[in-house]
Amino acid sequence: MKKNYKIEVDCANCANLMEEATKKTPGVADAVVNFMTQKMSVTFEEGADVKAVMQEVLKACKKIEPDCEIAL
Amino acid sequence: MNNKQRKMLLRILVVSAMLAALHFLPVTGIPRLVAYLTAYLIIGYDILKKAGKGVVNGRAFDENFLMAVATIGAFGLAIWERSGDYAEGIFVMLFYQVGELFQSVAVGKSRRSISALMDIRPDYANVERDGRLERVDPDEVEVGTCITVQPGEKIPIDGVIESGKASLNTAALTGESIPRDVKEGDAVLSGCISLNGVLRIRTTKEFGESTVSKILDLVENASSRKSKSEAFISRFARVYTPAVCIAAVAIALGGPAVRALAGLSPDLSQWLYRALTFLVVSCPCALVISIPLGFFAGIGCASREGVLIKGSNFLEALADVKTVVFDKTGTLTRGVFEVVAVHRNTIPPEAVTEYAALAECASTHPISKSLIAAYGKEPDRSRVTEIEETAGYGVTAVVDGHSVAAGNRKLMERLGIPCEDCRSAGTVVHVAVDGAYAGHILISDVVKPHAKEALAALKRNGVETTVMLTGDSRTVAEAVAAELGLDEARSELLPDDKVTEVEKLLAARNGRGKLAFTGDGINDAPVLTRADIGIAMGAMGSDAAIEAADVVLMDDDPLQLVKAIRISRKCIGIVKQNIVFSLAVKFACLILTAFGYANMWAAIFADVGVMILAVLNAVRALRYRE
Repeated sequence: MKKNYKIEVDCANCANLMEEATKKTPGVADAVVNFMTQKMSVTFEEGADVKAVMQEVLKACKKIEPDCEIAL
Repeated sequence: MNNKQRKMLLRILVVSAMLAALHFLPVTGIPRLVAYLTAYLIIGYDILKKAGKGVVNGRAFDENFLMAVATIGAFGLAIWERSGDYAEGIFVMLFYQVGELFQSVAVGKSRRSISALMDIRPDYANVERDGRLERVDPDEVEVGTCITVQPGEKIPIDGVIESGKASLNTAALTGESIPRDVKEGDAVLSGCISLNGVLRIRTTKEFGESTVSKILDLVENASSRKSKSEAFISRFARVYTPAVCIAAVAIALGGPAVRALAGLSPDLSQWLYRALTFLVVSCPCALVISIPLGFFAGIGCASREGVLIKGSNFLEALADVKTVVFDKTGTLTRGVFEVVAVHRNTIPPEAVTEYAALAECASTHPISKSLIAAYGKEPDRSRVTEIEETAGYGVTAVVDGHSVAAGNRKLMERLGIPCEDCRSAGTVVHVAVDGAYAGHILISDVVKPHAKEALAALKRNGVETTVMLTGDSRTVAEAVAAELGLDEARSELLPDDKVTEVEKLLAARNGRGKLAFTGDGINDAPVLTRADIGIAMGAMGSDAAIEAADVVLMDDDPLQLVKAIRISRKCIGIVKQNIVFSLAVKFACLILTAFGYANMWAAIFADVGVMILAVLNAVRALRYRE
């Protein structure tokens, strides 16, 4: 399953790092962070609990860029 | 400006005021230190926090870390030397924050302006309920619903016109400014704007599957396919920051060590200062920000011109195209048959066409259709009797009392009428009236109006070889190739052969330059994927083509290809300028700093200034001039 989220991130490099962090989060099959459109599209693994996974993603991203926001 | 930016602006103003005041107030000793320390924390607390978190999370050596070390170092140096010159560290932090604020505002602004250009998403659909029009979310409209589009409104969902006619502005989809007239029964695409008429449209797709959604999806996801330049920057940043930190340590320790060995005083604090300045200069933000922004602007610019590029990597490849391979039918030619000439006629050419058209009036063969189109009038069937069509030969009929035969050479031979072959390439219809040869009509696929111009323009824009592949006969292929000025034509190919030919061309290229294949997206999906860049042309409404190609030309004008290449060249040029410019300035400043020719002020100006110039330069990629 694929879902799109609006994000808020100020620097292009941080967006890249967020993408990497999201990809490494358990339950995420693939993720693309688009700095220019300020969007994040996450493909979840089969049977993943989307809400719980996104909480983890947010946590991982906050670790990298404390300023970032993901509209869940 | 958003809230975050306003808050930052306030912090900058407060600290600037504090610094100005402290400059004139005769505060000394501990109170002075406390006052400056307060100013420092106001302006830099978030950077310090981020730097701390970075270290805790195992991500030291980022920008924040560099800034924190440099400013704390400057502060510490001032305390240690008892110079009381605390302002420098604060100024560095202040300028850094001004730079960051400017960057965030500038990038946000250009991002919004690019997005606005591409904002062809319709906000609502008009659905008639109980005799009244109601605005609903296009997402909620089911397939087969009847929607109303009023003058000036955007068509929200693909469909077929049930009633009404209008001129449509298709510029958002094709970049083409001439309006297109549509009437009842025509299929229309979402994203077009009705200029004058009211249209009632029966939707044929869901909103998410409609053209406009597909295009938006494609363009928005385009920047997620990273180009080589972008990958280079990511790799670069990964190596660069730690390398700079090591270099800074080397300056701080190495400088004094060398001086001590030479018997001079080690000047520890001066070298430490240089090392800190070095750290300030080194922030790679100009590069990191301007390159994706440049690509995004290039892709945005292209999509406004009716060229959809599916990723930064394809934009980059497009700029390096040296060989362009074309499919013939539908790409260079219009794919419709037309009467181009009447030869060897013994009666006026109009009469030849008229007899042929009347004789063939009952046939549905494409050739017959083109004859009737050339005749220009609806054939009067009452003038025609005794129509007899023989497949593979042609037609015989009686027109106005004359017996007419229209068909190929075999028909003429069967009737025993001597005929002459045509020397031009194309399909030939021989016509005989009352048993005597009346002439022949040459029918061929006509080349597109701008094809020749486009091929010449490609050559001017750095394309070295143009090749045409076609399933057509050799004579036709060679005639078209000569007319358009193609370098090579390979004819009588089956669809599979086209892949083999492209592979041969790729092998001959030896990896030098890129090969682009341009087709109409029908039947050539395998070739589109095999080429370095697959370009589908005239793809408005063809999902298969949009799916298979890397670059989609919404219009079927071959000049669009030239436009695509020019936009990509310009964009890549700008990206390269930015890489070279920011790296050159950076390295120059780093060297100057290491040898003590630049102080922290110069360093911060170099950092912020280069970034601003690079961002402004990147935004230039948004504009395209003919």
